[in-house]
Amino acid sequence: MLARIKEFLGMETKPEAKNPEIKEVASEEEVEKVAEEKPKPKIGYIHLSGCTGDVISLTENYDILAPLLTEMVDIVYGQTLVDRWDIPEMDIALIEGSVCLQDEHSLKELKEVREKAGLVVAFGSCASTGCFTRYSRGGQQAQPSHESFVPIADVVKVDLSMPGCPPSPEIIAKTVVAVLNGDMDYLQPMMDLVGYTEACGCDLQLKVVNQALCIGCGTCAMSCPTRAVGMTDGRPEVNGDRCVKCGICYIQCPRSWWPMERIKKDTGL
Amino acid sequence: MVLGTYKEALSARSTDKQIQKISQDGGIVTALLSFALDEKIIDGAVVAGPGKDMWKPVPQVAMTSDEVLAAAGTKYTLSPNVWTLKEAARQYGLEKIGTVSIPCQTMGIRKMQSYPFGVRFVADKIALILGIYCMENFPFESLRTFISEKMGVSPELVEKMDIGKGKFWVYTADETLSIPLKETHGYEQNGCNICLDYVAELADLSTGSVGSPEGWSTVLTRTDNGDSLFKQAVEAGIIETKPMADVKPGLGLLEKLSKEKKEKNQKTIDNRIAMGLPVPYKASTEKEDPLANY
Repeated sequence: MLARIKEFLGMETKPEAKNPEIKEVASEEEVEKVAEEKPKPKIGYIHLSGCTGDVISLTENYDILAPLLTEMVDIVYGQTLVDRWDIPEMDIALIEGSVCLQDEHSLKELKEVREKAGLVVAFGSCASTGCFTRYSRGGQQAQPSHESFVPIADVVKVDLSMPGCPPSPEIIAKTVVAVLNGDMDYLQPMMDLVGYTEACGCDLQLKVVNQALCIGCGTCAMSCPTRAVGMTDGRPEVNGDRCVKCGICYIQCPRSWWPMERIKKDTGL
Repeated sequence: MVLGTYKEALSARSTDKQIQKISQDGGIVTALLSFALDEKIIDGAVVAGPGKDMWKPVPQVAMTSDEVLAAAGTKYTLSPNVWTLKEAARQYGLEKIGTVSIPCQTMGIRKMQSYPFGVRFVADKIALILGIYCMENFPFESLRTFISEKMGVSPELVEKMDIGKGKFWVYTADETLSIPLKETHGYEQNGCNICLDYVAELADLSTGSVGSPEGWSTVLTRTDNGDSLFKQAVEAGIIETKPMADVKPGLGLLEKLSKEKKEKNQKTIDNRIAMGLPVPYKASTEKEDPLANY
């Protein structure tokens, strides 16, 4: 996997990694520096069953968006972004949205992208965990028979998973910089998260509280994008009616996985 | 490293008589948050503020040094401060947020800053994390139970709680009561027993009573941020310091307690791994430094 990413992005020849200490959103300077030194990867954006919020979040990186789109990457495919109808070869496919099993066009596009792309990224929680499309039972317009929406990893092999409803502009910027720098350590959790496709606020109870891991810090409640998680007597309490199954509460929990090395690098501690 | 990475270790206390009177030990957190607010280094601070029930704190956004003062003193139970960071950023619209946090909370915040998967525009607004030393924490009902049942006093009558000299102390208007800490063991939340961080190793600055004489705190400055704030506060006369070498019991005690916590909890981690239970940390056999926090 690591070799594959490096190969696709021509990173074997990269100069000694310059310890990309990005404390906050990657700065414009950093992005320009990266842009000068690295070959531009070809990126495609594929929109399946999602709300477009994930790509909007990408555009919220105002200070790096222009150099990102013009100097760092080539956008080679994407509805509304590129006037091209056939799917070209690409280095990275960002796939937003879950895939509907009754929608033959989505399935075909997804499979074709998998063949044409070096790396497939489940971009946002709909693609990685199914998110709120998990609640679909069909019976809606424009096609009432469309009822089964699953994470794309159920259908094709996924290389990186970037959950979030939407993923924050910061994580997108950090990931772009990591990919361009060949910083595989940073991407490792995203490779690990590929397998986390059945997410739910109830994971806090099942995988943290039930497992004697909860310490009542409140990170889950802070992270929840829909405020479905509150804290009662020092433990998360999930309102199932508000939970969109994005998985973020469990992913941000300091007791689900613990990236100590990266934090030490980022804080200098 | 048993105390994490730090720049300087000092014994210190607030010079403010009012803070000295109501705060836990040296009043470092109260003094520094107030100073940071007054100097506009932060716009507001998430603190463990007073709640409806005595001794059951509620995370609160303090916007003034008076509000910080009202939250002074240690509460030996859960206050999910990390939760309220988002409220500080959104409802309060703060750009520079300070907070006081125990080691596990610091870990939640730092993980969110390095991997802000679903957390939009909060990571860059955390301007100051003051960490406090923490051996373990008690659910509120645990605290209430051993105070009322083992110590025989109603929590409403308690004016101050403290841990020191191997005992849990409560002070009421007219008496001082204590029980040995081993009487409180088993009441701590279980999640604390796999924690490898005693001294908030990832905070900007960490502080707590251990190592310093009564009324003083041991301060470890860690990041440039924490170090610079502390130096400014000392320069402004808000905080007075003594070299650790000149005070008793000294840094050795802090190191000893930190090592004990790490060793004891690493055993629990190893046992859990042997049972096949999930743990976010490594087994001792897989670690280069057996005392490291991962």
